[in-house]
Amino acid sequence: MNIIVCVKQVPDTTQIKLNPETHTLIRDGVENILNPYDAEALETALVLKDKYGAKVTVVTMGPPQAKEVLKEAIAKGADEAVLLTDRAVAGSDTLATSRAVAALVKSCGDFDLVLCGREASDGCTAQVGPEVAEHLGIPQITAALKVDFQDGKFIVDRETENWAETLSCPAPLLVTMTRAEKDLRFASIRGKMKARKAVIPEKTAADLGLDTTTVGLKASPTRVIKVFTPEVAKINTEIIQEDEPEAAVDKLVEKLAAAGVIKK
Amino acid sequence: MANEKSVWVVAQLEEGKLLGVTFELLGKARELAEKAGTTADVVLIGEKDDGLSAQCIAHGADTVYTILGPEYKEYDVEVYTNALCALIKEYKPGTVMFCATIDGRDFAPRVAARLQTGLCADCTGLEIDADGLVKWTRPAMGGNLFGTIVCDEHRPQMGSIRPKVFEPLPEDTSRQGEVKAFTVETKVTPRVKLLKKEALSTEGKLKIEDAEVIVAGGRGMGSEENFKGLEDLAALFEKGAVAGSRAAVDEKWVDHASQVGQSGKTVKPNVYFAFGISGAMQHTSGMKDSGLIIAVNKDADAPIFQFSHIGVVGDARKIVPLLVEKLKDLKK
Repeated sequence: MNIIVCVKQVPDTTQIKLNPETHTLIRDGVENILNPYDAEALETALVLKDKYGAKVTVVTMGPPQAKEVLKEAIAKGADEAVLLTDRAVAGSDTLATSRAVAALVKSCGDFDLVLCGREASDGCTAQVGPEVAEHLGIPQITAALKVDFQDGKFIVDRETENWAETLSCPAPLLVTMTRAEKDLRFASIRGKMKARKAVIPEKTAADLGLDTTTVGLKASPTRVIKVFTPEVAKINTEIIQEDEPEAAVDKLVEKLAAAGVIKK
Repeated sequence: MANEKSVWVVAQLEEGKLLGVTFELLGKARELAEKAGTTADVVLIGEKDDGLSAQCIAHGADTVYTILGPEYKEYDVEVYTNALCALIKEYKPGTVMFCATIDGRDFAPRVAARLQTGLCADCTGLEIDADGLVKWTRPAMGGNLFGTIVCDEHRPQMGSIRPKVFEPLPEDTSRQGEVKAFTVETKVTPRVKLLKKEALSTEGKLKIEDAEVIVAGGRGMGSEENFKGLEDLAALFEKGAVAGSRAAVDEKWVDHASQVGQSGKTVKPNVYFAFGISGAMQHTSGMKDSGLIIAVNKDADAPIFQFSHIGVVGDARKIVPLLVEKLKDLKK
């Protein structure tokens, strides 16, 4: 089984805080990490590899430092990795990105399964996965919780707001993951050594046979015209701070009664 | 007749009924259409009409395009994409709006990629100019940043819109509209097969999006047992429900269906309790518009307090049982 995992290096958005005075983002010291949903996709691939044997290839598109997340993936058990890095793809919106990622996936040869995270934690669009599936002409299942393989078909558990679904589909298939069955594993010592030695091929758009008029800022149908931080209405927080929880609860109940939440 | 400015809403059905978010989008589409001097139309893909198109007209639709048949009973991205793209090619709308639900976010990008057009995900703000160009505003970076996006050279311009952002118009059964049945000429066979579909077990409990009082817990609840205490508090309110942060869902203390925040749901209850939730943007983007927000956290510097009307600096694990006890006493 050949599995391709599409990943993205993102700033750790949980570390980003808003300066309440200036309404600007505090980005200092924010690390770049493997997109958390992509970690779910990678673990799903590694579980399939453990169970059925598979070659897991991890791909990304980004600046040269995006290699860090590919090395991390190799350390955790991926077999190969490829980086697409080229100024020609810079500024791509989701459609242009998906064209480049589809070409990157195709360049890895035959595949049975493409796994992606449900969305990236920076852009949060959840669009690139389905758009890649469309360009590859393969079916897609999004927001999955589990992928298994039985009798020549992938069996995928998926969850929407109110429904749990189980679906089946023969290869090739693209699946985006909300959650894996367990957290992404730690790297073994051997994995770390392998990652350190790994030479990760860097491809340009031309290497992938991409028409550069179909990628990058100019080929992107959407254009960002304004970026702003949200206006946060300043809330006057009434703070209760007591040594004893009983006293805090008494005060809280007073305030809840005053606000009409409870009758007293 | 093709109307190259018209504003379309792709309806979302569940078990043959329209989801409320369809009407929210339609209310906004009506407003945009009037500003741009065009029509607000709905696309209804499903097994049968059964009065659904009449409901759409009563909520503001000018034309309802229906694509009906047994093959549309269950949502399948390839079957639905094939149908919607055929309809779009025939009638050439200016704008197509999708519900930013999990299925809507599955469907919209597939359509956008097939039509090679732009799509803005998860929008929370929409404006239109006289030429029908839409400015789509959406959050990114876990709600830390907003971007306003246009798709000026491709049509249709498309976006998905979050539930609970816009208000539906009141139902007006005297409104007039047109229903156009559309037949898809070239059919596709679904490649993905639905083996099983079950309602997520909320065991007859109120869904968090329908609750008036939400009692939410995060990592600070410490254990599944402590988390269960939130049920007792929620039960004291007539329309109370328990929710969780992503951390609580990851710990499996609560179902994903009850997750509040960026990778969960956006809620706007009258009262929102946040116990042991630090208040990362990923969480607050899903609850910050609640009426009254009460946070309990050990860390006096936790960001959740910036969003709260009442803040208790203390251990949520101790506060919850004491609060339940006290409120029960008052009810007697």
